[in-house]
Amino acid sequence: MAKEKLFKGGEFLITDALPEEIFTPEDFTSEQKMIAQSAEEFGQGELDTRWEELGVLDPDLIKSLLKKAADLDFLGAEMPEIYGGAGLDKVSSSLITEHLSRGTSGFFVSYGVQTGIGSLPLVLFGSPEQKKKYLPKLASAEMIGAYALTEPQHGSDALGAETTAVLSEDGKYYVLNGQKQFISNAGFADLFITYAQVDGTQFTSFIVERQWEGVSVDAEEEKMGVHGSSTRAVIFKDVKVPVENVLGEVGRGHVVALNTLNIGRYKLGAGTVGGAKLLIAEAVKYAKGRIQFGKPICEFGLIKHKIAEMVIRTYVNESMVYRTARLLDLALEGIDPTSEEAGKKTGEALRKYALECSINKVFGSEMLDFVADECVQIMGGYGYIKGNPVETAYRDSRINRIWEGTNEINRLLIVDLLMRAGLKGELPLLDTIKKLTEELLTFRPSMETAEGVLEEERKMVSMAKKIALLSAGASVQKYMQKLAGEQEIVALIADMIIEIFAMESALLRALKKLQKEGEEKARIHVAATRAYINDAFPKVDLMARQVFAAISEGEELRTQLMGLRKLARYTPINAIALRREIAESIVPVARYHLTRI
Amino acid sequence: MNVVVCVKRVPMTQEVDLEIDASKKDVSKDMLAYVLNEWDNYAVEEAIQIVEKFGGAVTAVTVGSEDDEEVLRRCLAMGAEKAIRVDPGDLSLDGFVISKILAEVIKGLEYDLVLTGVQADDDNYGIVGSMLAEHLGIARAAVVNHVDIEGDEANIKVELEGGVDEVLKIRFPALLSIQTGINEPRYVSIMGIRKAAKKELQVLPVTDLGLSEDDLSARTVVEEVFLPPETEGAEIIEGDAATVAEEILRIMKEKGVSV
Ligand SMILES: Cc1cc2nc3c(=O)[nH]c(=O)nc-3n(C[C@H](O)[C@H](O)[C@H](O)COP(=O)(O)OP(=O)(O)OC[C@H]3O[C@@H](n4cnc5c(N)ncnc54)[C@H](O)[C@@H]3O)c2cc1C
Repeated sequence: MAKEKLFKGGEFLITDALPEEIFTPEDFTSEQKMIAQSAEEFGQGELDTRWEELGVLDPDLIKSLLKKAADLDFLGAEMPEIYGGAGLDKVSSSLITEHLSRGTSGFFVSYGVQTGIGSLPLVLFGSPEQKKKYLPKLASAEMIGAYALTEPQHGSDALGAETTAVLSEDGKYYVLNGQKQFISNAGFADLFITYAQVDGTQFTSFIVERQWEGVSVDAEEEKMGVHGSSTRAVIFKDVKVPVENVLGEVGRGHVVALNTLNIGRYKLGAGTVGGAKLLIAEAVKYAKGRIQFGKPICEFGLIKHKIAEMVIRTYVNESMVYRTARLLDLALEGIDPTSEEAGKKTGEALRKYALECSINKVFGSEMLDFVADECVQIMGGYGYIKGNPVETAYRDSRINRIWEGTNEINRLLIVDLLMRAGLKGELPLLDTIKKLTEELLTFRPSMETAEGVLEEERKMVSMAKKIALLSAGASVQKYMQKLAGEQEIVALIADMIIEIFAMESALLRALKKLQKEGEEKARIHVAATRAYINDAFPKVDLMARQVFAAISEGEELRTQLMGLRKLARYTPINAIALRREIAESIVPVARYHLTRI
Repeated sequence: MNVVVCVKRVPMTQEVDLEIDASKKDVSKDMLAYVLNEWDNYAVEEAIQIVEKFGGAVTAVTVGSEDDEEVLRRCLAMGAEKAIRVDPGDLSLDGFVISKILAEVIKGLEYDLVLTGVQADDDNYGIVGSMLAEHLGIARAAVVNHVDIEGDEANIKVELEGGVDEVLKIRFPALLSIQTGINEPRYVSIMGIRKAAKKELQVLPVTDLGLSEDDLSARTVVEEVFLPPETEGAEIIEGDAATVAEEILRIMKEKGVSV
């Protein structure tokens, strides 16, 4: 396999990577493609055929499908082989997630919890005994897992949990009391990874079995979407949890919670790619068959625009997700999954890419919302009627912006993580910003457009980084430690960072394809990338202006805006023609066609 | 019980508006996704079920380029022991040449049964199985939808026209062209994929087979591929299912169909 470069978390913001240094979906190995095909076949054969049944909560059906998925090793994909798993790399497991995320909420919520937040805490932080006891049963679907972090009074500030854990006098068990809210799989889960405060302040993770005395669940919630999934409150009343079931260390529950969410976040991005691809196929098929004013609506410019935009954003999301997955694989290389410290080392390695994971979560969830919304729009009134899968998809998609940390929390986190990496010296942020500021004084933007396919876009991405860094630098200078209190500015910086990762991931992917396969084969990749960057770049510019306008005034503001103007030069391209080209290429094949598995 | 299965990789064309390529002798395949021919998938599953029951090994064979190894790897992941790809180079292939090549390879193998799909989803000729049996000089049955093995023979069901099934006894060695629906093809597991990576995938250049020039010259050549011209008389009925059904009923009645 080609060796991509192990970049540091957040390094993309200060380094212009080369195409060969990152992983793209064109680099899937034949084994990875086979795994993807297998998941796709399972999805078509077992899930698509049960779309209706899986839209209504049916625990027996969910459990039987999880069992079938387990027989193909899908549930244990990321668990070490010695514990009944397949020990797969993150690219492969993301491919499974992508191809099993297909509009059947009864399956994908349950599957997502079982393979993600419901088992990863054990994979990452379980003791060998805990792993031996529980992982094989989770891998085989003999036990169903759940992750109980949220409480009625503590959602985003989950670490402030009120559930208590008191050590018994003989020191053999903790007594848990409290309530968890909105717990997926709760109706039929056998195992809860949960959290409680020991001695009132020591946030700690526990493994709790459903069958223990004092564990109960409340009624099913009636939800806006994901109707096939179970969501209930879980109540702990004097539950005796043996000390062996403390997960990780007492007082270190936040490490378990946050690392688990990290993986959950980038994987959510893999799921949104899968969901979007199916919706694109639905939308195109419909648009080809729907005749208005005597022709199929796919021939109207405004419908072409929608189809193209769905494809473009899915392409960008896909490029980001697999770039990130490979980065995580590289970071995890060399860790022996059977060693005592495997979990700790894994957590440590993953923590460094929390920034990229949050970016994937925010971008993916907003991308899928957009695609589902436009899909409804393409279908007009028929898209609004119950029984049409896109109506369901529109409601189901909405949860992704709320769970695994709301998108607001993730935006705040992106900037927080970046600042910490800078302060800790993990990234030479301050130096880079200082150098940039000096350079800018004498910087003369070139008046010529760069020669060569995507060369202009390469320049734009590089400039966007400078713009984001300057805005971030100026904001830190102004507010110092108090920046976190200026949330609107923080969110603007986060959005610039997200756009940069998005633009660059698409750019490098298209360039790699171009270099390997030539202009004709890379035509639509290039068109999608150009159309995306052409829109995103002025957005970054606008966000920077908003930041400067909020933090400066008078002469300082004028100087900053002048600097910005030098960096933000660009010549608009005919993106309308590009979008038509993209739409016209997908209409004949009626499915997302930029990735081959 | 050793079983050889002949398989082909074909483009997926459902929902696709096919376009004719510049040569006018093929459709343009750039944007198409490829899969194991549906009929062959059932044949592979049947072969594996047979050896699971009676012992022996399955060998999968294809004639094709490196890209086509994808379907062989799939067969290995499903449970085949061994796979062989014959690389035809730039030979022009038709059913005759393919069956000649396959026969030459299979002659060198130990086998009791040869399975093929009834037809391939791309060209729909449905002749390779029969020609192959002829070259091998063995018994053959086509459109088989049930196989029941007893010793060195099998009771099989063959699908005839008009929904009639015929029960046959066939003696081994034999070739059966397998119909879809005969079984439920398994999904490929991750462990299966892992194991497949360690199994043997042999590549044979066609020139190594010692076939004569005559054996390798195609008997049929595609002159042109075209999309049938659109004709009048098609009517698209729109509306929800109930409206559509009602309209169809009305038309049928109007045309004199007794319903
Ligand atoms: C269907 C479903 C399934 C779920 N499954 C699970 C599960 O399996 N396990 C589990 O533990 N949880 C689960 N959850 C809970 C989910 O993770 C939480 O709902 C989510 O974390 C948000 O918490 P909250 O609802 O309390 O909202 P709040 O935290 O009250 O947030 C309300 C709003 O305020 C914003 N906000 C909060 N804090 C800040 C801040 N500091 N700055 C700016 N804005 C802020 C939020 O972004 C949001 O817009 C599930 C929820 C649902 C609906």
